[in-house]
Amino acid sequence: MEKIYVDHAASTPIDERVITTMIEAMKNQYGNPSSIHSFGRDARKLLDEARQTLAQTIEAKPNEIVLTSGGTEANNLAIFGYARANKAKGNHIITSAIEHHAVLDACKQLEKEGFRVTYLPVNKDGYITKEQVEENMTDETILIAMMHANNETGVIQPANEIARLAKEKNIAFHTDAVQTYGVLPISVKEMQPTMMAVSSHKINGPKGIGFLYVKEGTKLIATFAGGEQEKKRRPGTENLPAIAGFATAAKVALEEREQRGSFYQHLTDSFVSALKEEEVPFQINGDANHRVPHIVNIYFPWTTVESFLVRLDFAGIAASSGSACTAGSLDPSHVLTAMFPEEGRAQSSVRFSVGKGNTKEEMEYIAREIKKMMKTI
Amino acid sequence: MSVKRKEDTRVVVGMSGGVDSSVTAALLKEEGYDVIGIFMKNWDDTDEFGVCTATADYDDVIAVCNQLDIPYYAVNFEKEYWDRVFTYFLNEYKAGRTPNPDVMCNKEIKFKAFLDHALTLGADFLATGHYARTRRTADGKVQLLRGVDDNKDQTYFLNQLSQSQLEKVLFPLGELTKKEVRHIAKEKGLATAHKKDSTGICFIGERNFKEFLQSYLPAQPGKMVTPDGEIKGEHDGLMYYTIGQRQGLGIGGAGEPWFVVGKNVEKNELIVGQGFEHPDLYSEGLYASSVHWIAGEEIEQPLTCTAKFRYRQPDQQVTVYPAINGETKVIFEEPQRAITPGQSVVFYDGEVCLGGGTIERAVKGESVLQ
Repeated sequence: MEKIYVDHAASTPIDERVITTMIEAMKNQYGNPSSIHSFGRDARKLLDEARQTLAQTIEAKPNEIVLTSGGTEANNLAIFGYARANKAKGNHIITSAIEHHAVLDACKQLEKEGFRVTYLPVNKDGYITKEQVEENMTDETILIAMMHANNETGVIQPANEIARLAKEKNIAFHTDAVQTYGVLPISVKEMQPTMMAVSSHKINGPKGIGFLYVKEGTKLIATFAGGEQEKKRRPGTENLPAIAGFATAAKVALEEREQRGSFYQHLTDSFVSALKEEEVPFQINGDANHRVPHIVNIYFPWTTVESFLVRLDFAGIAASSGSACTAGSLDPSHVLTAMFPEEGRAQSSVRFSVGKGNTKEEMEYIAREIKKMMKTI
Repeated sequence: MSVKRKEDTRVVVGMSGGVDSSVTAALLKEEGYDVIGIFMKNWDDTDEFGVCTATADYDDVIAVCNQLDIPYYAVNFEKEYWDRVFTYFLNEYKAGRTPNPDVMCNKEIKFKAFLDHALTLGADFLATGHYARTRRTADGKVQLLRGVDDNKDQTYFLNQLSQSQLEKVLFPLGELTKKEVRHIAKEKGLATAHKKDSTGICFIGERNFKEFLQSYLPAQPGKMVTPDGEIKGEHDGLMYYTIGQRQGLGIGGAGEPWFVVGKNVEKNELIVGQGFEHPDLYSEGLYASSVHWIAGEEIEQPLTCTAKFRYRQPDQQVTVYPAINGETKVIFEEPQRAITPGQSVVFYDGEVCLGGGTIERAVKGESVLQ
């Protein structure tokens, strides 16, 4: 049985070019970038080049890139680091109910530390509005954290507008761009966020690496203590092979972004058409016209997601729903629950996220398998 | 019914992360079935540090499934468990009775919600690590038989299963003793071979029972009285006491030790008597509700058989009468000690488990003859 992977929002296969870069780095630049000898300098050179490349992908300066172990750490560093460093300015944070847990749980922790957090509810289309943010701003508000696109529905949030609003009011703005980096055009010059979190393994790079863009002059308190790396904002010897691989993945993603974007759109559109063709009852969750091209979240009435996903797996199809919770069981998606609080829709919805290796034929195959499954519910 | 080849027969194994369900999966895999391991998460006890016992158990399921090279999944029945088992559990305690959540869990969760889930996944059978056996009779009925290990037989907890449930169930451990199961686990080097057996009620685990109950039900202390009405002290709340129990009364003094002989829920009184053999602890019969017959047919004539009133008790000779208004009378050949409302009475004919019901009340003397 041929297997079909449509869970690219969870993780992606590593690009061959990235693997080559990483192997080269492991073989040749094994020194510690902080060492004073030639091995150290070689490693430092590779690190600086990678940082330069990563900075260019979002039109940032190299010193604005803080390398982290991935999206979660980048989001944590933004929320904890900014709030703790700026609590003299105020104690209020605005975020949304549909953020990734890396943001939500960090905010919950800050509440225990005395901060007040507003979690904005979301409309049925799956996005937050600038007006909602505006209505909830107070003199105490120091930080607004709003994701660029949601990881479950793919719905794009008005991050640009909110960033502008925040700037006008002199409030810091952080955006979690894990699902949009490499997919949508992103320029920090244009959006002007204070911070932005990005991850490597969503764009065919290695796991365990990401970065937080931090606008020059922004004060952060590091979550780790140790060496001088990343200007003390993230101590610890740099994960050089992963950083080099990440830079290659980012460079490739940027070069191929437009053609990837239209290919992903073609795949998800084909999938939706195929479902219609097969006369499968379904609805797309969230505004279908404002989503990233690679993610489509679909509600299949009368299904139960826990058995639906297992049956897809039996058919060799890898998709997902919500976020895995304790002991492998599924928590109803907090995102879909926020969008449809009255309905059991979260229990009947599946996320499909496509990537470079997928084909239109695969999309049609998945639709046919779902049709078969729907007959025996 | 067409006979499927074993490799085309999909068996979902309910895996808890314990040695019994691990060996169940191993034996079925060895026989050539298409085996899938599924972990049920019925309870969330995540503490403030994020520690949840289910996570460690699921890790063991993963380890064993990887050893056996079978796919594994998890399913969440927390809501179903809360609604159908835990609510019943609390209500019974509120009513001053002693519930049996394992019986309810088998009836409502493992062999209903979980079985339905397995069937939705295209399973032909659901297997569990229970010590019990099934046998198909000439007329096509499925019988539930005791496990060969007398000490581990779990049919007491399976007494509410119906024909349609039993038809879909496999109990590979029924032919084995616990010792043999441990031996197989060690021989195969299963990750759970040396894991300690779980004790107590699954959702309470190793915690203090009294503290657990206290966090869900307000304790209502009251008087502790003798059958004659003499006040002997205070009790902490009727729910903490079980009929026939000696420990925890907190009354010393001369003479024989004291035992719980009854509860007066209306007056919130705990009735205590002196001596293990206190006459009030003994009864000649009982009334049971929701009596279920596994073969699917009610009895029409009084039936002489054996019965258990608690798990691991030796069988007792009884006569069961056809139900009247939903109540079934059971008369004992010998008086029985500490018949406990809320517990199960389970009937047997030799090795066959016939079914059972819930004990409503013990009866003695005159009322037996009514």
